[in-house]
Amino acid sequence: MWNAFTAAEIEALVLSLRVAVVAVGAALPPAVAVAFLLARGRFPGRALIDSLVHLPLVLPPVVMGYLLLISFGTRAPLGAWLLENFGIRFAFSWAGAALAAAIITFPFQVRAIRLSIEAIDPGLSQAAETLGAGPLDRFVNITLPLALPGILAGAITAFAASLGEFGAIITFVSNIPGETRTLPLAIYTAIQTPGGETAAARLAALSIALAVTGLVLAEVAAQRVRRMAGR
Amino acid sequence: MTLTARIEHRFRNFRLAMEFTISRPGLTALFGPSGSGKSTCINLISGLLKPENGYIEINGQPVFDSASGLNLPARRRRIGYVFQDARLFPHLSVNRNLDFGARRSPEPPSPAERGHVVEMLGIGHLLERRPATLSGGERQRVALGRALLMKPSLLLLDEPLAALDQARKAEILPHLERLRDEARIPIVLVSHALDDVARLADDIVVVNEGRSVAAGPVEEILSRLDLLPLTGQSEPMSVITANVLHHDVEGGLTELGFNGGRLWVARVDADPGAPVRLRIAARDVMLALEPPARISATNMIYGHVAEIRSGPGPYCDIRLVCGGSILLARITWRSAERLQLAEGREVIAVIKAVSVNRRAGAAPALTPPAG
Repeated sequence: MWNAFTAAEIEALVLSLRVAVVAVGAALPPAVAVAFLLARGRFPGRALIDSLVHLPLVLPPVVMGYLLLISFGTRAPLGAWLLENFGIRFAFSWAGAALAAAIITFPFQVRAIRLSIEAIDPGLSQAAETLGAGPLDRFVNITLPLALPGILAGAITAFAASLGEFGAIITFVSNIPGETRTLPLAIYTAIQTPGGETAAARLAALSIALAVTGLVLAEVAAQRVRRMAGR
Repeated sequence: MTLTARIEHRFRNFRLAMEFTISRPGLTALFGPSGSGKSTCINLISGLLKPENGYIEINGQPVFDSASGLNLPARRRRIGYVFQDARLFPHLSVNRNLDFGARRSPEPPSPAERGHVVEMLGIGHLLERRPATLSGGERQRVALGRALLMKPSLLLLDEPLAALDQARKAEILPHLERLRDEARIPIVLVSHALDDVARLADDIVVVNEGRSVAAGPVEEILSRLDLLPLTGQSEPMSVITANVLHHDVEGGLTELGFNGGRLWVARVDADPGAPVRLRIAARDVMLALEPPARISATNMIYGHVAEIRSGPGPYCDIRLVCGGSILLARITWRSAERLQLAEGREVIAVIKAVSVNRRAGAAPALTPPAG
């Protein structure tokens, strides 16, 4: 069936998956940390962090892309510093697409994880404490496994949103075939090209199939994790 | 095997100032109405809350001392804590719940010790299960096991029976009794239910409005008429420790001896010599000036009136000293006047065998004093 697609289309699919996986994987640890802080922490500036985390939800993606461009562009101070010291280049590279997707979908992860941490009885952590468990021990062995359903839900939502991210990616890293042209960008390009209607339809069908498969897998995984968490 | 606690704590407009010492293994009940500060007190002892002021020492080791700034974190105090809601970890099997504290203990239990705890609590058939599939009583037993397997130097039980119905309670009480008799560590039980306390406690600390009002052996504290408003206004009772003398197999009865007399009760399943704890409700004790003839009641205990106090409504409460034991009787003022009862008067307490409680009863829980 893969013969139905051109090499460029397969390339867009693989690139999309890679961008989404890297975006979700990179954002997950900080999302868990921020969610834990927001759910259990009592410190000044908590409200500020809360709104900062949610900023990508309310800003137009194009504006997010613009902000990324002026901070991580090769001539922007941060972008130049990263390139010089670590050889990391975000501008016009697939890594930049992953960065954009990670930041845009960060709030989805934080929200889901935070809700599931807030749903955990704080008494369980106290019980673990009386049984000799220190703070990290309690986080790793009690909070984290019990928050797993939320972590999974957050990761799935973020993964789906990453696959579909368009505005921030095209603004920040442009539309370079094989480098930053993910599925939505490829569909957009096909539509803009005279005679590209069938290509656009094929890519759209691919997107739909991907989304449905993802949904089914997510449901199966969620059931398993819920059972594991004893709920 | 000691606990010394001298703690002061304030939150909102509540002030807690308690001081007590437990100097022997066995079960000490922190007993008082709801909201009197009992649970706060054990949270302060466990280290889950930090007292504003005070000193806490376990087996000679200070764990908190506001004077020197010492505040050992809860996880280093090795205090077993059984919460009212059990708090088993829902994502772990019973086995892994049991081992949670044991694995983190500097002195993990041997397989034989683990087996003994599992057997004592009767949870052997639950080991592979998840907490969500357990009944309330089973959860409490697993929580007890989890706390015991960390080999604590002190065990705190926060109303472990309060959330259970009568049937579940009856299921767990024998395990608590066995634990009390076998454990070589002090156990502190928080409870507002007189019946549970009378059945389980060796010693009682009476708590009211954040203060420890009185402390001592259960027989002594429960028989103090001046404490009745706090301990058992609605249903005062005497607790007597007796020993099995012999059985009347045909009659289905057992004769018990105690410091002050003998009692026939319904058969007790224990060998002669075995100790039995008896609870006798004050309202079930009749008083007579001379031995009544041709009466169905089986038991007559000789003693003298030590104290008379006003009870609720038309009643008065009378403390009798019978040899080395104390019996409470609740009768009407009218009867007391008719018999011309006064301190020092010799009386006979008449007690039906059926009134002697030697298993879990259903006495009402202590209600907070009015006003």
